[in-house]
Amino acid sequence: MSAALALGDDALVLSHRLGEWAGHAPVLEEEVALANIALDLLGQARILLSLAGDEDELAYLREERAFRNVQLVEQPNGDFAHTIARQLYFSAYQRLLYEQLASGEGAFAGLAAKAVKEVAYHQDHAEHWTLRLGDGTDESHDRMQRAVDGLWRFTGELFEPVEGVDIDWQALRSGWLESVPAVLERATLTLPTGPQSGAWTAGAGRQGIHTEPFGRMIAEMQHLHRSHPGASW
Amino acid sequence: MVTETLLEKELHRLAGSVPDPELPVLTLDELGVLRGVDVLAPGKVTVRLTPTYTGCPAIEAMSADIERVLHDHGIPEVSVVTVLSPAWSTDDISAEGRRKLAEFGIAPPRPHDATSPAGGPVPLTLSVRCPHCGSTDTELLSRFSSTACKALRRCVTCREPFDHFKEL
Repeated sequence: MSAALALGDDALVLSHRLGEWAGHAPVLEEEVALANIALDLLGQARILLSLAGDEDELAYLREERAFRNVQLVEQPNGDFAHTIARQLYFSAYQRLLYEQLASGEGAFAGLAAKAVKEVAYHQDHAEHWTLRLGDGTDESHDRMQRAVDGLWRFTGELFEPVEGVDIDWQALRSGWLESVPAVLERATLTLPTGPQSGAWTAGAGRQGIHTEPFGRMIAEMQHLHRSHPGASW
Repeated sequence: MVTETLLEKELHRLAGSVPDPELPVLTLDELGVLRGVDVLAPGKVTVRLTPTYTGCPAIEAMSADIERVLHDHGIPEVSVVTVLSPAWSTDDISAEGRRKLAEFGIAPPRPHDATSPAGGPVPLTLSVRCPHCGSTDTELLSRFSSTACKALRRCVTCREPFDHFKEL
């Protein structure tokens, strides 16, 4: 079930990154919002990873190169604008992906039909913040522009077909390329000009190649379980 | 599907009367998360439960409570399984459940508009009534509140903040 692993790892890793905001978010409401989104993703990850094997073993005992998430979701939170840009890019992708899976008959249809309704709220949240920051002050505009530019090169990987995920990937890509640029335009932001795929882009997460910050992230995520195997409370 | 037997009906009623661990004013039946009870053999029962949200942590407490209630009713072997489809929707909350939510100070979810695309957030322009003073002049503070299933709003008339069980 390599497909369950790929989709499950996307949800798990992004959930952990969003959880890192707990205690650090700019306002209490946002802290709660990001934690709630993280919780939705964690629930999805648990179901997906359970399709692939034992959820705890997969989450806590795999080495970095065994993770199959896209590199976008492992990128550090950065400032709030970076987190929102990552959410904007990923939630648009995940919603289109789940919409297609939900309308199919495959193993992911049940989960996708449920999760797509949750992700609609994640996307709504990301779009509203993109508009507020992009069309806000000079400072917030500049930071939001930097964030969407900086993460752009990680978006090409989202459209690389995953073996066992039986959807129309071309339709997913064109749907994403309609929705995301439209939000950026409304937010008075400039669509990044760099390539999404090819030489100067990133993306081999699906093959187990990850960026440097990911190693530190899973060290933190796994250390308790590895230090105290089988611990419970 | 086979029709529920009398025993299954009785067990369904018992399991359904368990209060929601997060919103104890509601029973699981009123929340609409109990999908069915199957008697597999004498003393052996499976209860089908669906989560409100995929990551809802209350599902474990719900399962434990159902097991306890059915054990007390003389069923030694109870297994609670989670089913995902068809996906739970706030439309599954009963009319009585909605009334109790409002009484508890939580604005109940609005019914889905048949004309809006299924699954998407309900347009925010639809008014949500303040559960304290009844005013429809309320504003959104945050799309996510104390739990994943609620949004935080404030009443412009009486100034009280309140939770709104958001549409799913």
